[in-house]
This record gives sequence, C-alpha cells and structure tokens, in this order.
Amino acid sequence: MQFDQLLQYSLSGLSTGAIYALIGIGFSIIYNATGIINFAQGEFVMLGGMFTLLFLETFKLPLWAAIPCAIAASTVAGMLFERLAIRPLRQPTPINLVIITIGGSILIRGLSMLAWGKDTHAIPPFSGDDPISIAGATILPQHLWILAITILIVFVNRFYFYHTISGKAMRACSYNRRAAGLVGIDVRRMVLFSFIISSAMGAVAGIIVAPLTMTAYDVGVMLGLKGFCAAIIGGMSSGMATVVGGLLLGVLESLGAGLISSGYKDAIAFIILLLILFIRPQGLFGKAESERV
Amino acid sequence: MMKQLLAVCSAVCVCVLTATASFASGTIKIGGLFAVTGPASFLGEPEKKTLEMLVKETNSKGGINGMKLEAVIYDTAGDATKAVQLATKLIKDDKVSVIIGPSTTGESMAVIPVVEKEKIPLISCAAGIKITDPVKHWVFKTPANDHVAAEKILNYMTKQKQKTIALLTVTDGFGSSGREQLKALAKQKGFSIVADEVYSPKDTDMTAQLTKIRGIKPDAIICWGTNPGPAVITKNVKQLGIKIPLYMSHGVASKKYIELAGPDAAEGVMLPAGKLAIYDVLPKNDAQYKLLKDYDQSYKKAYGVEASTFGGYAYDAFLLVSSAITKSGASAEQIRNGIEQTQKLVSISGVFNMSPKDHNGLDLSAFEMVRVVKGDWSMIK
Repeated sequence: MQFDQLLQYSLSGLSTGAIYALIGIGFSIIYNATGIINFAQGEFVMLGGMFTLLFLETFKLPLWAAIPCAIAASTVAGMLFERLAIRPLRQPTPINLVIITIGGSILIRGLSMLAWGKDTHAIPPFSGDDPISIAGATILPQHLWILAITILIVFVNRFYFYHTISGKAMRACSYNRRAAGLVGIDVRRMVLFSFIISSAMGAVAGIIVAPLTMTAYDVGVMLGLKGFCAAIIGGMSSGMATVVGGLLLGVLESLGAGLISSGYKDAIAFIILLLILFIRPQGLFGKAESERV
Repeated sequence: MMKQLLAVCSAVCVCVLTATASFASGTIKIGGLFAVTGPASFLGEPEKKTLEMLVKETNSKGGINGMKLEAVIYDTAGDATKAVQLATKLIKDDKVSVIIGPSTTGESMAVIPVVEKEKIPLISCAAGIKITDPVKHWVFKTPANDHVAAEKILNYMTKQKQKTIALLTVTDGFGSSGREQLKALAKQKGFSIVADEVYSPKDTDMTAQLTKIRGIKPDAIICWGTNPGPAVITKNVKQLGIKIPLYMSHGVASKKYIELAGPDAAEGVMLPAGKLAIYDVLPKNDAQYKLLKDYDQSYKKAYGVEASTFGGYAYDAFLLVSSAITKSGASAEQIRNGIEQTQKLVSISGVFNMSPKDHNGLDLSAFEMVRVVKGDWSMIK
C-alpha cells in the first residue's frame, strides 16, 4: 500500500464526508426543535441544485446571483412544507410527522420530476476544475469550497444556538416543548424557524456539491440517507459531533471501497448506521440519557 | 327504475357500436409496454414517444396496405409483475396482434412465457442477451446484444496491443450484464482483467476505485454504465491525473455524456456508439444515414429534444412490424413469420438479418468506435 493512495482515499473520503455532514446537520436541527426526523431533508438538497440550474439557465443569472436566489427559493419551499404539511396536523405524534415527511419527500420529488424532467444536469464549478495536488494526491477546488462552507456553517450554527435569543429558545424547545411554551416561547414559530434553517442548509449542501456530483430530480434520496447516517453517528447533535460523524462515514466508505471492495461501499455506511443504533443509540460521542423522575 | 334501465341499455348500445366500428375499419392494434416512469424511464419515455410518433405518421400516410394502426401503450414503471399483468391485458382485453417492449431485460424475461403461451409476437426493446438466446419462437429484440459492444471495444484494444484491463462497472442490470460479457470475452480473446471494481448507480465520487486502479497500472480502463456515473468517473479520472486510456460503453453514447462530464474531461474517451448518436459524422453514403437523419429531425420537430438510441429501439421494432405486415399480413402468426424472414432491413440500430436461429439479427456493424475530440464525436478509423 502506497502512501499517496492512502492519502487519496482519505482526501476523497473527507470531501464526500463534508457533504454528508452538512446534510446531517440539517436533520439534527429539525430533530432538536421538533423531535421529528425530517426525511424530506434530502429533497431540499436536490431543490438547491435544481433551483440553481433554473436561475442559471432559464433566468440567465450569473452563478454568484443564482446561488442566493436558489437558497431563497428552497427556503420558501421549506416554509411552505412546514405550513402546509406539518402545522395543520391535529395530533402531531412523532410517527405521524415522520410519515408526513416521507410523503412530502415523494411529493417534492414527483413535482420536480414534472417540472425539470428526468435528465441529469451539470452545474459549473465555482472556481475552475484544475486539480490541486497535495503530496501525490489530488483534490478539486470545489472540494475546498465544500470543506470551507461546512466549517463556516458549523461555526455560524454554534453561534446561533448558544449566543442568540432565538437559538436558545430553539434549544429550550428541544429539551422540553411544554416547559418552553410555559416560559413564553412560541414553540410553533420555533418549529417553523427550524424548517427554514434546515431547508436553507440543505439547499446550500445541494448547491456546493452539484458541480461535482451533478444534479437530477432523484439525487436527494441517497444523499439524504447518507446525511441521516452522519446525524445518527453524531447522536443528532447540531454541532461538531455530526460533522465528525459525516467525515468519519465518508472516510470509512472511501477506505472500504479502496482497501476491501468497492462492492461494499454503501453496505459499510448502513452497517455503521445499524451498529450505532444497536450499540450506542445516543451517538458515538453522546452520553446516555438519564431520565429524572 | 325505467330511467336506470334506459341508461344501461344505451350504454350497452354505445359499447357494441364502438366495438363493431373498430372492427369494421380494419385497424391493426399494436401493443406497447414501456417503462415510462420509474428508474428505467430514460428508456421507456423516448420509446413511447417514438412509437406514438410513428403510428401517427403512418396513419396520416394512409396506414399499411390500407389498414389503419392503433397503438395501445401501457406504462410498466419498470416493474416485472406489472409488465406481466399489462401484457395479459393487452392480449386478452385489447386484442393486440403484436407487442413492442418491454424496455428492460427483467421485464422482458417475465413477459416471455405469457406471449409464448398466447402466441403473440413480442419485440423487446431491452438489450439482455438472454431474451433471444436461446431463440424463442415468438420473441425478437431490436437492441444489439451487449457483447457486440464489448467485442467492438476488445477488437479495438487488440489493434492497440493493450493487454491488461481494469473494469469499473455499475451495480445495476446493465452494468452487471456488461461485466459478465466483458469477462467472458476477455478470457476468450486472451486479455487479462487486473482490476474488477464496481460502483452503485447513485454514487457521487469514484476516486477511491480509480485510485486503486491507478496503483495497478492497467493498459486500459473499461467503464460500463449509464449516466450520470460514467460522467462522474470521467471527471474523477481527470482529477486524479490518470493517463490510462478510458473506454466507455454504448450506454453513454449521447451528447448528454460529454455535456455532463465537460468537454475537457471527456477528451480522448473512446466508446462504441450506435450510429444514431453520431450520424452527422457518418459518411454520407452510409446505408443508415438518411433514415437516422429523418428520425432525429422528425423527433426533434415533434418533441423538441434530440432522438435517443433508446427511442431507436422502438423505431426498429415498429419498422420490423410494419415491413412484416406489408409483406406477409396482419395476423399474429403472419407478423411473426414476416419478422423472422426480415432480410437487409435498414434501421436505426443497424441492418437486420433475421433467421429462425437469430431473433436479433444485428452484427458488429451496429456500432462504430468513436473518440471524444473537442466536445464532439469523431470516428476512429
């Protein structure tokens, strides 16, 4: 085994992992505010890419203008989803909500298929596609964008959740909805906020990966599942743990494909998911929850 | 009560009238089973559109031998169980004389027992070799076998004196069939396969597999898959700076592939292409040239997008059927015999020469080796 091969596996893994991490954080934000797992998260990733394409090609906007427009459009989609599908529910038990998000994801995917067709589309990279060589291994400028934006988002998130009123309010909701309501926090508004944030983040993830992975109406499914894995490994935390989970997943997948067999690449991700759920349902880094009576 | 009775009576009358009307005018019913939605929709959608376009065209020209055509098309969504139900429905309820489709090998294999039992000719639009090997009395297919494309690549490699191959195939039906064929043919022709890697259809990064291949240093890489995987692989190859010749399958023989991978990354990639994808670089005296151009232009006119090789499979099936009807007649038995006797029929996929021993009828000439040069195809002489 040569060093440059190992380095390449790790670099490839880290850059794919950063994508998983970004999607994973979207999952955990909604989970923390509402207690539900939003299986439509992958679809917002897809919407980010497809809206960018729409603004680029139909409205002929330059890339720097198309990206914020696409994030805004996906965020509006996320708000609509919360308003029309989540809020009107009479008895919001977690199982009902989860099923609604699955239904919502199928609906969003179907609508996108009708609107944009079934073709795969390419989006130009942000800053060229000349590979950058690091000690015999190579990455693309786009990979650096992905890593940088993921790190940036993690820090912004951290700031929001620990240093702003509405972030603290959202955390309060996640600990105890009832108590949060009693101290005057508008829980429903917080739920809406969580959908806004996570759909915007999903869209960002979708946009920054689209130049590498291309985009189509059905890219959200697999990316969503991998992001979910990352969130589970990180114990559904909306901070560093999920990022580490995503990176770990990406590296393991890449090393598994390179050193063991590429046939088991997806299997590795889902075996990790199952093991974590069986052995450490609180996540790799979480402490076991203790219920006080 | 009276009113209800009257309504029922009139409804029955209308039914009988319309039924007799369709018999009286002597229409020929052609059944279509295509995966218009679902994972194989990239096959089924152009196939359905092509068949609809051709039936319309033929009818506006007065039909075949004075008989109008009617297409009854169902969407199988790529589901074998559904395909079997719909095939039965086409035969029992719609009373079609011939069935075109299904789009995928799995569905075709499932439908074969039904048409064999009911004695209705089936012209499959799927590429799997199992469909017509061994030969089934009532079953034909229009796409060339995968191994024809594989052979085309290996023949070219022999000429280039390339000996060792790295395979990179997708884990769906198309990829695993291609992988089997390539392995069998490579053994036959004395190549050695030094790497056998796979990726799944929705994978977004194949640098791990390619890094491994780069370490092994084969003479050539053969990738077998349909978009977007091969486009991602092409980009990854460029990213890793791999200089090993890269061959793709006929599954990506459309401009879409070059567009997705980017002309820069795709430069120099070689693949066997059906002639439709490259008709504008074919010599003008090629037997298929005029037909290919006609098809592409009328498809563009009707639907606003380029015709695809996959739609071509349905086009060829329709050509086989219509020439069989013109020659031998419109009953199921006559259509079957007519198709089996087809000789030198110039079509989209190639030139068909059917026989009782060969229900596909295409040979190596169905493909041309092409190379991507500056974002366009160029024939390899």
